[in-house]
Amino acid sequence: MVASTIGLKRVVIEPVTRVEGHGKVTILLDEKRQVRQTRLHIVEFRGFERFIQGRPFWEVPVLVQRLCGICPVSHHLAAAKAMDRIVGGEKLTPTAEKMRRLMHYGQFFQSHALHFFHLVSPDLLFGFDADPAIRNVIGVALKYPELAVQGVMMRKYGQEVIKRTAGKKIHGTGAIPGGINKNLSIQERDELLKDLEQMVIWSRAALKLCKDYTVEHLEKLAPFGSFDSNHLSIIRQDGALDIYNGGLRAITADGKKIFDHVDNQKYLEYIAEEVRPWSYMKFPFIKPLGPETGWYRVGPLARINTADFIDTPEAEAARKEFMALTKGKPNNISMAYHWARLIELLHAIEKIKELLHDKDLQGTDLVVKGSRRDEAVGILEAPRGTLFHHYKVDKNDQVVMANLIVSTTNNNEPMNRAIQKVAQDDLSGHELTEGLLNHIEVAIRAYDPCLSCATHALGQMPLVVEVVDVDGNIVDRKVRGVCE
Amino acid sequence: MSATIEFTIDGKEIKGQPGQTILEAAQQAGVYIPRLCYMKGLTPWGSCRVCTVLINGRPQAACTQPIAPGMVVESSTDKVNALRRNIIDMLFVEGNHFCMFCEKSGSCELQALAYRLGIAAPKYPFMFPKRELDMSHPDVFIDHNRCIQCARCVRASRDVDGKHVFDFADRGAHRRIAVNAEAFLKDTDLAVTDKAAEACPVGAIVKKRTGYAVPFGQRLYDKKPIGSEIEAGVKS
Ligand code: FES
Ligand code: NI
Repeated sequence: MVASTIGLKRVVIEPVTRVEGHGKVTILLDEKRQVRQTRLHIVEFRGFERFIQGRPFWEVPVLVQRLCGICPVSHHLAAAKAMDRIVGGEKLTPTAEKMRRLMHYGQFFQSHALHFFHLVSPDLLFGFDADPAIRNVIGVALKYPELAVQGVMMRKYGQEVIKRTAGKKIHGTGAIPGGINKNLSIQERDELLKDLEQMVIWSRAALKLCKDYTVEHLEKLAPFGSFDSNHLSIIRQDGALDIYNGGLRAITADGKKIFDHVDNQKYLEYIAEEVRPWSYMKFPFIKPLGPETGWYRVGPLARINTADFIDTPEAEAARKEFMALTKGKPNNISMAYHWARLIELLHAIEKIKELLHDKDLQGTDLVVKGSRRDEAVGILEAPRGTLFHHYKVDKNDQVVMANLIVSTTNNNEPMNRAIQKVAQDDLSGHELTEGLLNHIEVAIRAYDPCLSCATHALGQMPLVVEVVDVDGNIVDRKVRGVCE
Repeated sequence: MSATIEFTIDGKEIKGQPGQTILEAAQQAGVYIPRLCYMKGLTPWGSCRVCTVLINGRPQAACTQPIAPGMVVESSTDKVNALRRNIIDMLFVEGNHFCMFCEKSGSCELQALAYRLGIAAPKYPFMFPKRELDMSHPDVFIDHNRCIQCARCVRASRDVDGKHVFDFADRGAHRRIAVNAEAFLKDTDLAVTDKAAEACPVGAIVKKRTGYAVPFGQRLYDKKPIGSEIEAGVKS
């Protein structure tokens, strides 16, 4: 009787679907049949903001993870940071803050590893223009089995870190308003230390592979889907890269500061969102600059560009090398996202190592509370970029307002620009060639948007591309990898 | 000196005292009979029917049925458990039970019973009723989405706290737990220390700002299925 419960799945009911959907690209032509504009349509799910209306505020960090099957930890922590302020517990105990950081680095490690090995490595190893039938993770597994194994093991390691900090690999409960619900036992620490060195070695190798590829193919990669833009991230007080805590910093394409160390609570004075009739997803921009020139990039490239330095030695050396390519100026190459992402991969594992050796993780002081607030903002850097969570809570403890700007939304305009660049460079006439389809896919992938989440496992991005002439007629249409 | 009453549950000899219910006598003998509306210290209610057993082949609620000499009780058999599963299945779809983000998850009797009885996925279509929250009280809240109408809060408040904070309102499918006030829980004399504030087997009446404080692995039913403390605790 008792034994009969073993191996059963948990009772699961899904009230909110995941954010990820299929990408649809429309290429609009002018009279001369030249590319006038391209539009990336992502069906962004915002029903969540309505769904949590009236829910108790402490439920939000757990509830919000249903938004995304791939980066739930980012939402968990961003919401928790906001709820810390609601309970007046934003000055976390060392144990709580370090446990959360460990969780966050674990998520970066697994997310970046998954993206590189499953989605990007096929493009690098087989070339962008290779047949998608070979250019996928199965192809990598057949031709470079050791690399495919590394990808799986690194992802798994990141998940093990998450499990020991959040309680579960996905949809844990670790972060609670004002702190954390567990510390790291000596046994848990030792389990994670066991494979740590191997992870460092593999991270170095992956970074080298990506860097060498980028440098070697720079002539082709530098203009590919590239354009100048502003860059945005949070930043530590001393200018170091920090993915968990810091004020907002924005810089121009050539590195001038637009604003710096902006109090997270005041983000609405600096960031606004534009609505365009053809898109479900909004277009965020830097308020003082306006929507025309104020749009910006987020994510690994933006973070390496905004940071003055990285506080772990190997990643810092890698950052210097990266910045040397553009003579210390911000790097505006779309395809450099991958290199930047792997610098962060190495940084994440260096940080995990640092934290695992920190005795504070075995501390028992887990939660703090202070005077209650009724409004709070939580901002952090998710693997894909800056993530904003903003809530209002009434005196009965019920959420009355929620506003989220997710990483992929922040990169909305940049992704559209990247596709436009590729289309302008590669579309001749109005025919959609396989080559163009490949290039659109590769350009979108550089930004690692959440629409790729749905098919992470197979490494194929579901994509619909349409060419529309000046009269609004669809003159060509191709569909790739749309499943379900 | 009270006489002993002898009967059997699933072939096992049980010795009980006069006046005991089947559920109590079984429990004393280390036999767990699944239950939801029963709670130690409260008047048996007999409404949820999860404790159903077959007595000489006829279904009865073990929490209200007194023991009698020579009774042949069938409890942990495929037939009876299928019946119980059906009740649990219906309870799950009749309300809005989202275990994956519910703060009671891991310590919820309904969820724990589902696991113990081997329910992996919901069997009936969800009804998704529209239900409200009452968050007006400073320390305790009601989430009607998760109420299974076991009346444990009603009895705890009335019989233990002597307050009568909760009662039922409306009839049939619209029947629901209501508070003994104009509209809100804050207008009652419920205190967070009341028995009624901890009587709920699910996540319908919960103490505020305590959610998720217990990590995975340490919650009430994480290590052992519901009922194992009864099975382990008492020798027959
Ligand atoms: S426990 Fe017996 S009817 Fe509910
Ligand atoms: Ni996501």
